[in-house]
Amino acid sequence: MAQLVLDLLQKKFPDAVEEVSSAHGNETAYIKREAITDVALYLRDSEDLLFDMPIDCTALDWLNKKTPRFEVVYHLYSTTLKHRVRLKVRLDEADVEMASVTPVWPGMNWHERETWDMYGVVFKGHPNLKRVLLYEEFEGFPLRKDYPVEGRQPLIEMRPTVTVPTEKEITPEMLNRP
Amino acid sequence: MSEASLLESEIVVTRRESAEGWLRDAIENFGQKGVNWSRKYSLFSYPFVTACCGMEFMSVSGPRYDIAQYGAEFPRFSPRQADLVWIVGTISQKQAPVLKRVWEQMCEPKWAIAFGACASTGGFYDNYTTVQGADMVIPIDVYIPGCPPRPEQVLDGLRLLQNKIKTESGRVMV
Repeated sequence: MAQLVLDLLQKKFPDAVEEVSSAHGNETAYIKREAITDVALYLRDSEDLLFDMPIDCTALDWLNKKTPRFEVVYHLYSTTLKHRVRLKVRLDEADVEMASVTPVWPGMNWHERETWDMYGVVFKGHPNLKRVLLYEEFEGFPLRKDYPVEGRQPLIEMRPTVTVPTEKEITPEMLNRP
Repeated sequence: MSEASLLESEIVVTRRESAEGWLRDAIENFGQKGVNWSRKYSLFSYPFVTACCGMEFMSVSGPRYDIAQYGAEFPRFSPRQADLVWIVGTISQKQAPVLKRVWEQMCEPKWAIAFGACASTGGFYDNYTTVQGADMVIPIDVYIPGCPPRPEQVLDGLRLLQNKIKTESGRVMV
């Protein structure tokens, strides 16, 4: 059923759709970065498609595995026609930015802010692109693969930690039991 | 024997020190014990609930496990009226200043219990966003393990804290 969506997309935008795939009912279309706003408006307004519900927006980081490094993923759903589609946009590491689809679907606002927060993807035209989960003082983007695993950035000074006695060193007095 | 060596060799007790010592002994033996006894059975708790352990806290506060039998059933949702803070759940880096501020607003004497694995050690969240135990922010008296702990464990932790309060000294006036 959603194969119809991919066929319509390829028919309407033969240049902008780089590649399509369909596995286990997950219809995916790779879209060129420049065409995302046109494709989004077509998906929302065409009578055969009517994608009126933005499900999610996130990103992938293929560090040292694929070039270009980033992929931004959109999931969409139509509440009237009951079909879904997944859009992917490839972004190069040197220029991690693309047009926002928040003007098309206002519900993408926080999803795109989260993608900026975690992966540092700049959405041009977004009304309020700032961190949504982390704090403003945070430096870097934690879900990028080159962010250190223990890269903690505490907001206040932490108390010094003490060494915990091992099981053999614990005496009954330490347990303070009656 | 010279005066200096006399002072070093034994403790000289004057009449005044003797009188004050009697008073101090009386306070320590009777006053402190009485105050400790009353404190340990009237803990006003402030639940600092941030995560899923809160469900177990509700369970232990309810009638089935009945934390009221230990005199700690009275949650005050203002830290200024509480003297026991339950840290129930994960403390994120964004939450740490809030917890510190809550702790600093509480009046002495005050105690803290880390409820569950995350509040005690950070749990399995060993990443950029989680404080590795609430004791990196405020001093903790009792750690309750478990993910989440059973209500029986929570009551055991409360009894441990009450034993600690019972044996405290030097905190009559504060």
